[in-house]
Amino acid sequence: MKKYYDGEIQKSPRIQGLVDDLYEKMPEIEADRAVLLTRSYMETEGEPVITRRAKAFRTICEELPIIIRRNELIVGSNSKSPRSCQVFPEYSFEWLEAEFDTVETRSADPFYISEETKKSLHEVFQYWKGKTTSELATSYMAPETLLAMEHNIFTPGNYFYNGIGHLTVQYEKILAVGYKGIIAEAEAELACCRVSDGDYAKKSHFLNAVIISCQAAITFARRYAELALKEAENCRDEQRKSELLGIAMNCARVPEHGAESFWEACQSFWLVQMLLQTESSGHSISPGRFDQYMYPYYKADLDAGKITREFAQELMDCIWVKLNDLNKVRDAGSAEGFAGYSLFQNLIAGGQDEDGNDVTNDLSFMCIEASMHVMLPAPSLSVRVWNRTPDEFLIKAAILTRTGIGLPAYYNDEVIIPALVNRGVTLQDARTYNIIGCVEPQKAGKTDGWHDAAFFNMCRPLELVFGNGMDQGVQVGIRTGEIQELDTFEKFYNAYKKQTEYCIGLMVNADNAIDVAHAERCPLPFQSCMVDDCIKRGKSLQEGGAVYNFTGPQGFGIANMADSLVAIQRLVYDEKRLTLAELKKALEDNFGRGMEGGMAEKITARIAGDIAAAGKPVGEKEVSDIYRMVVAGLAAGPEKEKYEKLLETIEALPKYGNDIPEVDAFARDVAYSYTRPLEKFKNPRGGQYQAGLYPVSANVPLGAQTGATPDGRLAYTPIADGVGPASGRDVKGPTAAANSVACLDHFIASNGTLFNQKFHPSALAGMKGLQNFTSLIRGFFDQKGMHMQFNVVSRETLLDAQAHPENYKSLVVRVAGYSALFTSLSRSLQDDIISRTTQGF
Amino acid sequence: MRRERNDHHMEQDKLNIKGRIFDIQKFSIHDGPGIRTIVFLKGCVLRCRWCCNPESQNFDIETMKVGEKNKVIGEDVTVAQVLEEVMKDMTYYKRSGGGLTLSGGESLLQPDFACALLEAARESGINTAIESSGCVGYGIIERYLPHLDLFMLDIKHVDSAKHEAYTGLPNSLILENARKIAESGQNLVIRVPVIPGFNHTPEEIRKIAEFAASLPGVEELHLLPYHRFGQDKYEGLGREYLLGDLETLSEEYMRMLQDAAAETGLQVQIGG
Repeated sequence: MKKYYDGEIQKSPRIQGLVDDLYEKMPEIEADRAVLLTRSYMETEGEPVITRRAKAFRTICEELPIIIRRNELIVGSNSKSPRSCQVFPEYSFEWLEAEFDTVETRSADPFYISEETKKSLHEVFQYWKGKTTSELATSYMAPETLLAMEHNIFTPGNYFYNGIGHLTVQYEKILAVGYKGIIAEAEAELACCRVSDGDYAKKSHFLNAVIISCQAAITFARRYAELALKEAENCRDEQRKSELLGIAMNCARVPEHGAESFWEACQSFWLVQMLLQTESSGHSISPGRFDQYMYPYYKADLDAGKITREFAQELMDCIWVKLNDLNKVRDAGSAEGFAGYSLFQNLIAGGQDEDGNDVTNDLSFMCIEASMHVMLPAPSLSVRVWNRTPDEFLIKAAILTRTGIGLPAYYNDEVIIPALVNRGVTLQDARTYNIIGCVEPQKAGKTDGWHDAAFFNMCRPLELVFGNGMDQGVQVGIRTGEIQELDTFEKFYNAYKKQTEYCIGLMVNADNAIDVAHAERCPLPFQSCMVDDCIKRGKSLQEGGAVYNFTGPQGFGIANMADSLVAIQRLVYDEKRLTLAELKKALEDNFGRGMEGGMAEKITARIAGDIAAAGKPVGEKEVSDIYRMVVAGLAAGPEKEKYEKLLETIEALPKYGNDIPEVDAFARDVAYSYTRPLEKFKNPRGGQYQAGLYPVSANVPLGAQTGATPDGRLAYTPIADGVGPASGRDVKGPTAAANSVACLDHFIASNGTLFNQKFHPSALAGMKGLQNFTSLIRGFFDQKGMHMQFNVVSRETLLDAQAHPENYKSLVVRVAGYSALFTSLSRSLQDDIISRTTQGF
Repeated sequence: MRRERNDHHMEQDKLNIKGRIFDIQKFSIHDGPGIRTIVFLKGCVLRCRWCCNPESQNFDIETMKVGEKNKVIGEDVTVAQVLEEVMKDMTYYKRSGGGLTLSGGESLLQPDFACALLEAARESGINTAIESSGCVGYGIIERYLPHLDLFMLDIKHVDSAKHEAYTGLPNSLILENARKIAESGQNLVIRVPVIPGFNHTPEEIRKIAEFAASLPGVEELHLLPYHRFGQDKYEGLGREYLLGDLETLSEEYMRMLQDAAAETGLQVQIGG
């Protein structure tokens, strides 16, 4: 007998209404939180920071305007208008003020902002000058680090300007004992503290901050109970009235107390999820193993006949919609890097328990069903796959994949569990892992993973090798020798590794500076109380309260680097078709190809800078001459021909992504040049650095800061996505591409790897198509790949959506570790997605 | 129905046999069970007007213009070389029950090479299949059968004159071979390329289906809708594409043909 129900469940008519209401208007920036926060901070001047954080959170919970949206069954919003967002000036604010007048019209993730909001925000921003985590972090960074950041060698943008997020809390604990239980735990811990203890000051203030924060959450829920009651009184529709009364009863009980029904559990879960994203602006607050911690409540109600499967599904669908109600405004640059209004709330279904039994259950299937019903980007739905994952479950997941929504992402237990154990996570904890954000595995409720800590562009150290550490006339890297001295391939490759290692050190400096700034200025008592061992240790997460502490910055550009190294080895060193100096010139000249717009301006500035650095005067006329040349292409006549030949020669070389051992070995090795040095470093919370290999969608904006590369990639075009082959270079189909990717060491990249494949819908047609598709996943995972995700949409559809965005408002595609509305993406990212090879056959 | 496996290891000289191929296509999911790799052999005896791989027809190595560039079509390779490439996807065959499919051109025209390759693939534990038009003496076909899990035989028309007009050869040998293959107990699937103006009427399709149903053990018929993916290749080879203005058949129409063929009691599917 099957241990789960895997049939279809009807979608309730309510759900489409909720979805339609959500997408009616452009999201808006609201000022309420920033105003309340600032007022509270002004009132608590001079108190310990942890207390100030708790009191500010309390003020927000007490006074943030609340609203019950039409026909909701699960309530709790942190914005008045749907999909709108609050502002978090304690992290950074200058960028927002600078973008007040453009944020509504920018191409990636636009937000409406009223004049009144601008005014309110402008006022409160005055208070925050000099007080943000971002400013403190900058002051902690070494000068060479700041220089490297200025030159875009890496970017720690995420936590530099925002909260950390990137965690999964102990939802199961709140479901079981409520915040009342947490308060009791904190009080008990407080009772054990003696005033003479060395850590009394910090610990007692932290525990008191926890108690204040938990009470604040309870207050927030009670406000909703009152609001629901009031709305019920005025409601004439009997059906809705009884729903509102149900909501009122739920919010009066949870999350203060443990949940006693599935509906209460859903409501409790949601308030935790939503309040976490009100306390700080960190994204990737991931629900994790929803199917596991919700299951007891579902099972009990179902067995007792208190709930139908259909109603349980409807409640889950409501949560799925709510997850899309939360939003966040980012600066224009980051909005490109994380395009699609995404908060990366990763929710995972399936997998094992701590003893290694498969625990796929009814809710695992219903999670997939919910995504099918709402067809929205959130949650970032993931499924865990291992050798004992039931085939029915994978088929169900594949049916969702086939819709083209880009969900779910597939994760390989057989790689992730040992990878975590290798990082010191216990076997039991590793077996119950979930995914944070895009692709980052961790143990929920015990980890402060600092996943997604920076983007490291692996092509930039290569540029530094060609310049002997110079970038645009400035010594940014170390001196690894003039190119004439690099007379063997080994010397060249070593120089690359040295530059990489040096840059990694700077990146670690940047991350650690930011880490300390968060601990000092924004410790978060509310989220900390739901992660072990913060209460026991009397320390916030930001100060090292978690059991497991990591920092996970991700490298990207493996495909370009592997292909570049093959080209350099073959053409320069083995066949001596050109010298390194000639190659350098070809790269600087962008292989003689012209450039457009902003790119042309950048390269003009670079050339003018080089000339000026050489001591020659550069006037306006010279600059405009250079610019004209740049637009036309730097080469003409025979030189142009020579470059075209060179590009052809490079194109004919073997490329990563085609299951060619020689190239794949380079890819594996070049990945090590990033993953291995990184794991030696420690963070201020006492944890270890661990590498991820994925760019989110930053391969496009960061590619726009990278000159031409020896693999024939033209200047300022996108870097390869994820750990996959460079766009359009995999010509032998999905199995060959997957085999190449499986050649990488995914175990060491324990902060996650990301492998995108794009399929034409015909490849998944019929049961046979689904079976072959799941076999492809299983086959890749047999070879120890870590992650796989898919875009199933025809090229024609995407092109049409570009031309007629009005017809495709709800077209969701896979971007990187998440899905997003296609029309909300910038044009260049849209183009990148279209050009990723479509595996049809 | 797997045949007895050849237990002794293949001799080295069989692995060194050379054959002429023009493509290897991975992740093929429409030509036999599971995820497969198709090896396309060069050279064919038929000259079907609709052929979507015109570069497959001549046995000689030739040049085809693809876009702006000239591409050499055809390569002589050993069984061992092909096997190495095919076995790279072993893990997917195991998961999906897939394997190797030989296609062409005509997979029956290079029997030494093809049989050695199929035998080696079988020994490696993967599923084997061929796609063929069956236009050779049965003695040659018999050599293949011990190494095959599935024989996919094209039957294009039951009217020999029409067959000859559109393919260059009559169909008598094909129909005779079809019966012999079926009688041998070989797992056999009949495939019909449905070509507008040639065999697209329900009547013609039903006749083919009736013939297929008369073959002992045959249960499946695949109707392969005409597409003109090959058109550019004719231009690239400097040849004329004789079906220039043919319309492709609609899905509804194909379903109607499917129903017509299914009246024979066969399982009929559209596409491979």
